[in-house]
Amino acid sequence: MPIDWIWGLIGGLLIGTGGAVYLLGNGRIMGASGIIGGLVDGSGLSTKWERIVFLIGVALLPVLLMPYYREVDTHITDNYIVLAAAGLLVGVGTRIANGCTSGHGVCGMSRLSLRGFAATFAYIFAGGVGVVIFRHLLGVI
Amino acid sequence: MLNLVIAFFAGGLFGAGLFVSGMTDTTKVQGWLDVFGNWDPTLAFVMGGAMIPMAIAWLVARRRAISLSGNPMPPAPSTTIDSKLILGSLMFGVGWGLAGLCPGPSIASLSYGGPGLYVFLAAMLTGMLLAPMVRARLDRPVPAE
Repeated sequence: MPIDWIWGLIGGLLIGTGGAVYLLGNGRIMGASGIIGGLVDGSGLSTKWERIVFLIGVALLPVLLMPYYREVDTHITDNYIVLAAAGLLVGVGTRIANGCTSGHGVCGMSRLSLRGFAATFAYIFAGGVGVVIFRHLLGVI
Repeated sequence: MLNLVIAFFAGGLFGAGLFVSGMTDTTKVQGWLDVFGNWDPTLAFVMGGAMIPMAIAWLVARRRAISLSGNPMPPAPSTTIDSKLILGSLMFGVGWGLAGLCPGPSIASLSYGGPGLYVFLAAMLTGMLLAPMVRARLDRPVPAE
């Protein structure tokens, strides 16, 4: 559906603009896992309000946009075991790799960071293999 | 105070972008990873679109020592590719594929993700709490022998 690509591009430009504002405004790399993780493990408590306010912005804007939007469905699976396993892997993985799709992907690759490219290659590869195994071979997702 | 206004503004743009791009729809993320199924290219457009303003921002940042609110700019990126980076990213990728969620969208869909999202979020936060222990284990020097 071509319309999805266009929305994807518009959304991407908004995401990148957010990252640009965070970098030029606060000198910070906009990485979701780092911003959340620093609050959880205590390593980022010295900048806790900046992190909290950022996350409020992330959660709030979809609420404000919702009434103007076509349809909203996350299609999240109702298999809680899959969700719990996925959450644990995402939580541990992004923190030991020091970044996720936003930090390594958007912010890292756009500054031609070697680590950004390596991480992005690794998580896309693993995600692709994971979907093949869990969807096409095992049929759990 | 300025840094908080900036953080809110940046977070808002990030959340709005995740929302309109469809990245809080797990089928779009899994559809992109599913190269042997009904492949959905949307995520590539999101990633490509996001890198345009971000690349410009990095070029501007290179000429400045401090940010608008006074913090220094981030240091040059490390070039060390270690086992933590690769192992962590592989773990993240499997989880990302399983649920179709990564950290950003899991916050953006807080108001409409339903109970499934809360299960994912609780597990993700637990994982983030446990990560320093896993990291310490990976950092432990291997005995020479």
